[in-house]
Amino acid sequence: MMVDFAIVAAKAFLVLFMVLNLAGVLGWVERKGSALIQDRIGANRASIFGFAGMGLVNTLLADPIKFLSKEDFIPARGDRLLHTLAPCLALFPALVTFAVIPFGDVLIVGGRDINLQVANLNIGILYIFAMASLSVYGIVIGAWASNNKFSLLGGVRGAAQMVSYEIAMGLSVIGVIMVYGTLEPQAMVRAQGDLFWGWLPAWGVIRQPLAFLLFFTAAVAETKRLPFDAPEGESEIVAGYHVEYSGGKFLMFFAGEFAEVVTAAGLVTTLFFGGWQVPYLLRDGFHFPWGDALPLAPLAVTILQVAAFSIKALFFCWLQILLRWTLPRFRYDQVMRLGWKMLLPAALVNVFITAVWIVVRERPST
Amino acid sequence: MTPAPLEYYLILSAVLFAIGVAGVVIRRDVIVILMSIELMLNAVNLAFIAFSRFLGALDGQVIVFFVMTVAAAEAVVGLAIMISVFRHRQTLDPKDMQLLKW
Amino acid sequence: MILFSILAVLSVVFSLLVVTQRNVVHSAMALAATLFVVAVLFLTLNAPVIGVLQILVYAGAIMILILFVIMLLNPTSIEARPAAWWTLGSLAAAALFIQFIVLLSRRPLSSAGPPVPDSFGGPESIAQSLFTDFALPFEVASVLLLVAIIGAVTLAQRQR
Repeated sequence: MMVDFAIVAAKAFLVLFMVLNLAGVLGWVERKGSALIQDRIGANRASIFGFAGMGLVNTLLADPIKFLSKEDFIPARGDRLLHTLAPCLALFPALVTFAVIPFGDVLIVGGRDINLQVANLNIGILYIFAMASLSVYGIVIGAWASNNKFSLLGGVRGAAQMVSYEIAMGLSVIGVIMVYGTLEPQAMVRAQGDLFWGWLPAWGVIRQPLAFLLFFTAAVAETKRLPFDAPEGESEIVAGYHVEYSGGKFLMFFAGEFAEVVTAAGLVTTLFFGGWQVPYLLRDGFHFPWGDALPLAPLAVTILQVAAFSIKALFFCWLQILLRWTLPRFRYDQVMRLGWKMLLPAALVNVFITAVWIVVRERPST
Repeated sequence: MTPAPLEYYLILSAVLFAIGVAGVVIRRDVIVILMSIELMLNAVNLAFIAFSRFLGALDGQVIVFFVMTVAAAEAVVGLAIMISVFRHRQTLDPKDMQLLKW
Repeated sequence: MILFSILAVLSVVFSLLVVTQRNVVHSAMALAATLFVVAVLFLTLNAPVIGVLQILVYAGAIMILILFVIMLLNPTSIEARPAAWWTLGSLAAAALFIQFIVLLSRRPLSSAGPPVPDSFGGPESIAQSLFTDFALPFEVASVLLLVAIIGAVTLAQRQR
């Protein structure tokens, strides 16, 4: 009993540690990456003994120190309690969603099978959407507590955008749920180990390509990053709903946004790109379709699978950062039109086509 | 996991319902009245789920599903009514909405 | 049992905050917290789907809607009722509560919860129930939601 508890606590700590660190590293990747894309050098002034590490020291050391040592500022006639609560509300759902994302198959330690997922809920996907719907609170409360018209405008825009794209996100995942017949992410990832025609790994993107596009778009819109940047509108409404935040609270908002990027990447990987599956890798080693087999120790298999998950998730994080610095911002009415008039009907069509496909496949041959 | 005895859940549900009733009767802000109604609906949902668990029948949970749907519809329409009344009266005090007072 | 006590105390505290707070936004946040705690109570009662739906629908959508309306209408704060109202209202609520307790103590309820299968309240069993026994209410509920959407949009429209 105590050992079980300790194992779950260790997994939770590990996941939190990785996600928060990754959020910090992504901040650096964003700054340096944006600089490279825009043909400039980027931040490189902060250095330790002359080692500036391509802006690493600047972003990972100097910036947090700067943020955390700033004055804690609550706007005049702003709501004290809610102003402090909002960043926590923004950060909490992004971190907690990672509890159901599996980052490996099983780790066999001392005769125990440890499922490499913090919590194996039988309603896994529903939990993810519940936490996504809670993430709207941080925006709304942050906007209100700032007692600032620009803030409120950004917050209302942001909340409306998030609610609209939650719907598209949910509907696009229904196709995936129908194909795999389960709500548990770990079961979905395990099902993606099958092979089509003996050689093609049955990843979600092959079974549900439209759902992948819709889900990725909706997930990027949920994180409120460019091109769906209207709530933050850096050049229009200053910084939208976090204009009145500075110091540690802004750092929490910032970290929350990157944690959402990581979560979106983790979700896309799990649902559509095989999660921790390495093609042709089973629990006892590689089984290539042309007949070869390469036996591996279980620990090596586990390490390979965790590494595969990490690489895939990092790829999607990088893709989102690339997307941000490539596409211009959508106008707010364009954002709303995309969510309601394009993604939602497309998701419904996807559900319909998937249903017809499943029924046709399962009809007993006459 | 074994839940607490049934009576405890029902007492909690009664407490929440009574608090909701107090909110509807006492407060002078129409939005808070609507929120107290939602609180009462939740108390009833809790009672339904508790009974569903202790009788081993799923019907209670399905009923809660529909109660949630109806509560969502009611909240939406209620808020819309409030918005249109606010546009005319510029106040959310129920005392100013007693149009049929003679 | 300890879990239940903590959750019960939390839910009662938050619901009292809903009813007593002057600031409407604080009331709304307290209600969201109450709904969250009640969702956790659902989870302890073997109702995972309904518990998560409570967070998704109630705490995540209905409360956001109420917060939206509060923020957009931005009503001026209304003076509280005189103290006599508060005592009378609390007495009325207490009387209702005592009535419940009297009714509850009339017949002895079986305290022992029967063991339920693991899939009780899980998505498969709820879906089975919804689409076979409760198929008609399900369809009617979707029509109800459509009617509510149309009604809300019509009511809240600016007069042209």
